[in-house]
Amino acid sequence: MKKIATGNKAVAEAVKQIVPDVVAAYPITPQTEIVEQIAEFVTGGELKSRYIPVESEHSAMAACIGASITGARTFTATSSHGLLYMHEMTNWAAGARLPVVMANVNRSIGPGWNIWAEHTDALQERDTGWLQVYVSTVQEAYDATIMAFRIAEHHDVLLPVMVNLDGFVLSHLMQPLDTIEVGDFIPPLSLPHAIDTNNPAGYGGLTGTDQHFLMRWDMERSIRDSVKVIEETEKEFARRFGREYGFTENYQCDDAEVIVVAMGTLGKEMEVAVDLLRKEGVKAGSLRIRWLRPFPNLSILKGKEVVIIDRDYSFGRGGVLATEIVAQTKEDVFSVIAGLGGQEVTYDDIADFVRKRQVGKEFWFGVKDNV
Amino acid sequence: MDTIAEIPKEEYVLKCSSACAGCSDSLALRYVLKAAGPDTVLVIPACCTSVIQGIYPNTAFNVPVYNIAFGAAAACASGMSNAFRAAGKKTNVIVYAGDGGTLDIGIQAMSGAFERGTDFLYICYDNEAYGNTGMQRSGATPLGAKTTTTPTGKTDFKKDIDGIIAAHNPPYMATAAAAYPQDLFKKVQKALSFRGPSFIHVLAPCPPGWRYSTEKTVEMGKLAVKSGIWVLYEREYGKLTMGAQSKVAMKKPIPLEDYLSPQGRFKGIDPKNVEILKQRIQKNFAKLSAEEAAS
Ligand SMILES: Cc1ncc(C[n+]2csc(CCOP(=O)(O)OP(=O)(O)O)c2C)c(N)n1
Ligand code: SF4
Ligand SMILES: [Mg+2]
Repeated sequence: MKKIATGNKAVAEAVKQIVPDVVAAYPITPQTEIVEQIAEFVTGGELKSRYIPVESEHSAMAACIGASITGARTFTATSSHGLLYMHEMTNWAAGARLPVVMANVNRSIGPGWNIWAEHTDALQERDTGWLQVYVSTVQEAYDATIMAFRIAEHHDVLLPVMVNLDGFVLSHLMQPLDTIEVGDFIPPLSLPHAIDTNNPAGYGGLTGTDQHFLMRWDMERSIRDSVKVIEETEKEFARRFGREYGFTENYQCDDAEVIVVAMGTLGKEMEVAVDLLRKEGVKAGSLRIRWLRPFPNLSILKGKEVVIIDRDYSFGRGGVLATEIVAQTKEDVFSVIAGLGGQEVTYDDIADFVRKRQVGKEFWFGVKDNV
Repeated sequence: MDTIAEIPKEEYVLKCSSACAGCSDSLALRYVLKAAGPDTVLVIPACCTSVIQGIYPNTAFNVPVYNIAFGAAAACASGMSNAFRAAGKKTNVIVYAGDGGTLDIGIQAMSGAFERGTDFLYICYDNEAYGNTGMQRSGATPLGAKTTTTPTGKTDFKKDIDGIIAAHNPPYMATAAAAYPQDLFKKVQKALSFRGPSFIHVLAPCPPGWRYSTEKTVEMGKLAVKSGIWVLYEREYGKLTMGAQSKVAMKKPIPLEDYLSPQGRFKGIDPKNVEILKQRIQKNFAKLSAEEAAS
């Protein structure tokens, strides 16, 4: 069904389509609309989920964990400080191998308080064992939220999935949305290690070194296996519903001499920049990273000049994307730090980053004399 | 100290605040700071007060303000108070937090700080929902009130935070209302005269959240007290004294409907819930007056 929706509403619509058994969530700008919309669906009887209006995000994730281990399908949504406050529990959900799905509306971190888009919140969850996908349109927010359940719940994965959408720029942006009937695209959830009083077992108790080590290896093996599951899921989604997604979204990359890379909404803005640059005779392309975990194979960047825009920063090291990409391709890049705290970055700015690229350097957009 | 004239003229909440018209959060804070004076640091978790102080590099408050994460105010204040006392300073450390930052996400840090006897004043201004994020339910939202996460009215009761604080036996605790600024002023001065933790719970009606017109803010607070849904009292070393206004309300309360009906959040409230609220008012009065008689 075609409608107009914000990114937040699209996530709520996806949840309505999935009907999780339990939703536990806590409001925070700019995610609030997701919580409010779900509360409205549940109160109005349109969504037969149990909604727990918890008293904090730590409790939101803990409630999802408690529900999930009974074999229930669970969902939550948060942003920024909410995600950080959950951090102990996000590790727990992944380590406990629970297919919790969460929407995170990317927002910067204080102090000082700032409510605008930035990726630092989700990137601080990078090493927890969560799968992470970053979307760039309202439709993609919807589709990715739906697919997240199938991927998380697959027996070769059984890890939680975080769907990231940029605060305000996407969470509050209105775009067309085509909703679907998922049918058996989302099979019933069967959690192999669900709590069962007929088969008593202890969960998460004291674990010796060897076992702990093996459990961590098992998580790593599953996240590696998730590559195949993601590919299959996205292919099947395209077959049934006609919309194609991949680990990256590549635009004009084949003959490109310079490729600009980013995540989230900047990744769409880049495509316009590429058109501008091509008109000027610059053979540019763009590559939007969708899946951060598992991290995609970026061999396509080999031998090209690469400009990476990070809407984040790891202090004392560099842009997170730039660092990860250089580690994989072993080639120098032009690293641009832009959009922190919701700084506006237009396609003209992006075209300018490409025009003025200095491979091997780091550039903080809007800060004078900083290359 | 019975007339407005005796309240200091100094203003610590300046005219450039970005509070909504008719905001009783800022009204209450104005008197809190007049009572506390300049040797005061405010510790503020995420709440409307984070917003109304304005945008960096400006601040609308004329005392140092330390903003801290939503669940962390009382713990941060513990550190601050200990550091000041270690340095031999008497500086007042005042947490000024919303009901969400107190009853919900901040309750653990607050309980810890009270149990440890931290020398600070914790003020919870209660607008009975999450104002900062656009009025979602909180533990302080009363039964039947509509919020954006309880679109047909809350089905749970308001959490008894005062009972929880009382269980920590602080030297001083009180309830107050922004609508009675002199009473609030006196209570803040008194609270700051005690060593150890003190607590003031201030009813802070909020026009956009409660959906009434801005000029009714003071009236709304008074109706709350006169109907008995909000009771003014103080407890000093466990000895309870009910405020004069509440004693009047206990003997002859105005109809609760007079308080509920001007507020959009109670529009269409189930009459059964109104009855329940009325019964709870009676019970609460009975409990408090029994305690007062016994102490
Ligand atoms: C960990 C965390 N979760 C959520 C938020 C978002 N948030 C900021 S203020 C607020 C509500 C505050 O409510 P209350 O304490 O009642 O104060 P009020 O806004 O009503 O003044 C919320 C949910 C946050 N800043 N940090
Ligand atoms: S929402 Fe309510 S409490 Fe918050 S600033 Fe506005 S009037 Fe004050
Ligand atoms: Mg509040």
